[in-house]
Amino acid sequence: MAESKTKYDRQLRIWGEQGQAALEKASICLLNCGPTGSETLKNLVLGGVGSITVIDGSKVEVGDLGNNFLVDESSIGQPKAKCVCSFLQELNDAVKAKFIEEYPEALIESNPSFFSQFTLVVATQLVEGSMVKLDRICREVNVMLVIARSYGLTGFVRISFKEHTVIESKPDHFLDDLRLNNPWPELRRFAESIDLNVQDPVAHKHIPYVVILVKMADEWAKSHGGKLPSSREEKKDFKELLRARMVALDEDNYKEAIETSFKVFAPRGISSDLQQIINDSSAEVDSNSSDFWVMVAALKEFITNEGGGEVPLEGSIPDMTSSTEQYVNLQNIYQTKAEADFLAIEQRVRSILKKTGRDSNCIPKTTIKSFCRNARKLKICRYCLVEDEFNSPNLPRLQNYLTDEDYSVAAGIYILLRAVDRFAANYKSFPGQFDRVLEEDISRLKTTAISLLSDFGCNGSNLAEDLINEMCRFGAAELHVVAAFVGGIASQEVIKLITKQFVPLSGTFIFNGIDHKSQLLLL
Amino acid sequence: MTDVSAQPSRSRDLDKLLLRPGNLVDPNFEPGPELRDDLQTYVKVLVVGAGGLGCELLKDLALSGFRNLEVIDMDRIEVSNLNRQFLFRLEDVGKPKAEVAAKRVMERISGVNIVPHFCRIEDKDIEFYNDFNIIALGLDSIEARSYINAVACSFLEHDSGDNPKQETIKPMVDGGTEGFKGHARVIVPGVTPCFECTIWLFPPQVKFPLCTLAETPRTAAHCIEYAHLIKWNEVHGGKAFDPDESEHMKWVYNEAVKRAELFGIPGVTYSLTQGVVKNIIPAIASTNAIISAACALETLKIASACSKTLSNYLTYNGSEGLHTKVTEFVKDTDCLVCGPGVLIELDLSITLQKFIDLLEGHHKLQLSKASVTHRGKNLYMQAPPVLEEMTRSNLSLPLFNLMGKVSKDIVHVTGTTSKNDQKSSCLRKLRLVFKGVDGVTDMDTAGGA
Repeated sequence: MAESKTKYDRQLRIWGEQGQAALEKASICLLNCGPTGSETLKNLVLGGVGSITVIDGSKVEVGDLGNNFLVDESSIGQPKAKCVCSFLQELNDAVKAKFIEEYPEALIESNPSFFSQFTLVVATQLVEGSMVKLDRICREVNVMLVIARSYGLTGFVRISFKEHTVIESKPDHFLDDLRLNNPWPELRRFAESIDLNVQDPVAHKHIPYVVILVKMADEWAKSHGGKLPSSREEKKDFKELLRARMVALDEDNYKEAIETSFKVFAPRGISSDLQQIINDSSAEVDSNSSDFWVMVAALKEFITNEGGGEVPLEGSIPDMTSSTEQYVNLQNIYQTKAEADFLAIEQRVRSILKKTGRDSNCIPKTTIKSFCRNARKLKICRYCLVEDEFNSPNLPRLQNYLTDEDYSVAAGIYILLRAVDRFAANYKSFPGQFDRVLEEDISRLKTTAISLLSDFGCNGSNLAEDLINEMCRFGAAELHVVAAFVGGIASQEVIKLITKQFVPLSGTFIFNGIDHKSQLLLL
Repeated sequence: MTDVSAQPSRSRDLDKLLLRPGNLVDPNFEPGPELRDDLQTYVKVLVVGAGGLGCELLKDLALSGFRNLEVIDMDRIEVSNLNRQFLFRLEDVGKPKAEVAAKRVMERISGVNIVPHFCRIEDKDIEFYNDFNIIALGLDSIEARSYINAVACSFLEHDSGDNPKQETIKPMVDGGTEGFKGHARVIVPGVTPCFECTIWLFPPQVKFPLCTLAETPRTAAHCIEYAHLIKWNEVHGGKAFDPDESEHMKWVYNEAVKRAELFGIPGVTYSLTQGVVKNIIPAIASTNAIISAACALETLKIASACSKTLSNYLTYNGSEGLHTKVTEFVKDTDCLVCGPGVLIELDLSITLQKFIDLLEGHHKLQLSKASVTHRGKNLYMQAPPVLEEMTRSNLSLPLFNLMGKVSKDIVHVTGTTSKNDQKSSCLRKLRLVFKGVDGVTDMDTAGGA
């Protein structure tokens, strides 16, 4: 629809038509539509998510008018889920919005299979007990789970899912794939066809640096037993050789060659990250393997055989000072090899599919092409069950976090967020929820937190008194600005998970609204 | 202490923060119902920009206890805004952003009052900005930020020890986003670095060398910029290119396609053409929500002292996992904008006209077409014509007399500076000292006849 193309223009420039299509197919379930849940969903609805189901058993109160934009005065006394849904529908009439007036805790107990219909569940403001139960349910049926909480000036966001694989990780900075340290025959031949000693000064300064470096590297190798510069001295000497070839000060192509000469010195072969991926046990594929792992298996074969230790060529080249003709020719050479590598991978993919008893055409060409282009940038995210982390966190790391100047506040918040739930389980209210017992609550929370820490063999004295006081001061308040921040993060993670682009966060994001020194804790 | 949870109140959650004492708070924090009420009654916040950040800021501030807000934005609503500027609907396209945003927030949150201003930020008198306790910026250009920063810093006065006078400090909170990235910062003029102190943070904008565009294009963007910057003028003579005029954009696209075909360069699309020519920044709701929330939270803290503040620059990147970092930048003591002001020594006899000419040649300022104000009084205004006429007669008078014959004082000058071939309007604070007054003798006239 032309209108949606314009409406979504600013985000299509980020995740493209495919990402948008994935969003529009997704069905999201939200648990609790206080400000944290509402703000999360608002961002997703604006982005065009396909369908939403809001689960909340509460009715709108006067206090909600002070922290939730998605409810208004006319909704007092009405089911909160109903009001939030109707506003969201107004925001984007293309989304299918439904609500169920029921407390999430009750639904989790009574009807766990309810959750299997969704692409992803966003659980907000759940206490530990319900969070753990829901996590088990979603893990069982392979539904993605994003958990978010706002608590005073603190909060957290985390993801729980068995395995999320990313082909289009789109990192901000990633080295181009020029293979200057390992040129293939056609590239060499092209470089050989160009004379660096051309007399015409214009031509001299428009030879692309790729050609310069391939030729100079070959020349070096011939006089150094077939090896490329490796020691600091050698690298310096190589750069001097380049400098010596400049006939004028304004030869940008030679300046670029000198600046990018490190690409010649770079080690050949694949990165350790990619090595880990192809060594993963999931790369031994069978009929149950996902398309991703089938392609990884093909990649592994390719690397060992026609790849000669390298991945399929990415195919694109960065802009560089050059005559148009030489640049376009260079582009063609890179594109041709990338295409050839792709065909080799494709053949292997089809053959592996056949071997594992699947339809050899079930993975489309475009997917395999994208996989090849992104072979160096593949990412795998695996998340343990929340319960497992709670029962046996990485203790040395926890101890480190608690004593490290940059992490201690965030680690303290992590512990206290768990402690308040334990407190609530014992005393039927959150610490500081009521003014009259504020002082008593502080000492009770402290006891709870210290006991939690000692369960992990950690010293209670690492928890700052001031922080414990603050947690009580907050009295489980859900402040709009904190909910908006936490909800913003949660919605962003949902988008990354659904579009399968960019890399979702790992660990637990702890929001620290006190001095904004938020941190990611990997426990 | 009263148990505030007994009576239903909108302030149910905020009260926990404003009515209760805390330990990790600003030293000036005075918790209590008076604080909450003062926030509602007396504090005025200006939101600059009613776009992606502005809409979120208005909502966040209205739901953080502020009741007196104003918003300024010169733009009208476009369809491409609707994926994130949630206060606007399809029917609103074409209407002024500031007006619709104010209306929508007031409709949903009773008790808050938002005054919209549909105009350029330069159209307002400097004193307009002095009315607010805090200014929250949701802008999308360096120039606009620079301008507001200069305005806010212009109110700053220093005592004889060059320390900032507390009551003249006008804090700002500034946010910016691009795709999954963003920043939020707190600017307290005289204390933290101002926008100008850290202008080096912004990388220079990508400009293609003219010879690449004219002779050796290699990428689709080169072909597009050739059509936009070179071919357009060749064919259309004096007519200015208007990126919002679809006929103009289509012309550039077609020319870019022709050039690309000529050179065998792939990749020119209409979407890319728009992106390159308009310098379109990709934008999504979630990043705007995150950055605005951080800004609004800091605004609440500055106004109420209810917690420690961000000190002073938060960067955020959500594309690869999640990265947030707080950096404490340091003020530039020589800053032209938030420093005590450029010192200029003048003769008693110098006329206002000569002073204005002097500014153009001043090595640090290079300010042309200057307008001069002294303590809120317009000494000379270049525009609008009616004010120019009214103040023209001052040009031939001695500046010393116009300033009430004080030996030294602060004046504010606005005008244009040019940097890298780009002209921008700016405001500067100057410390003027007149030679030969109050015993400060001019060496040249000392001694007898």
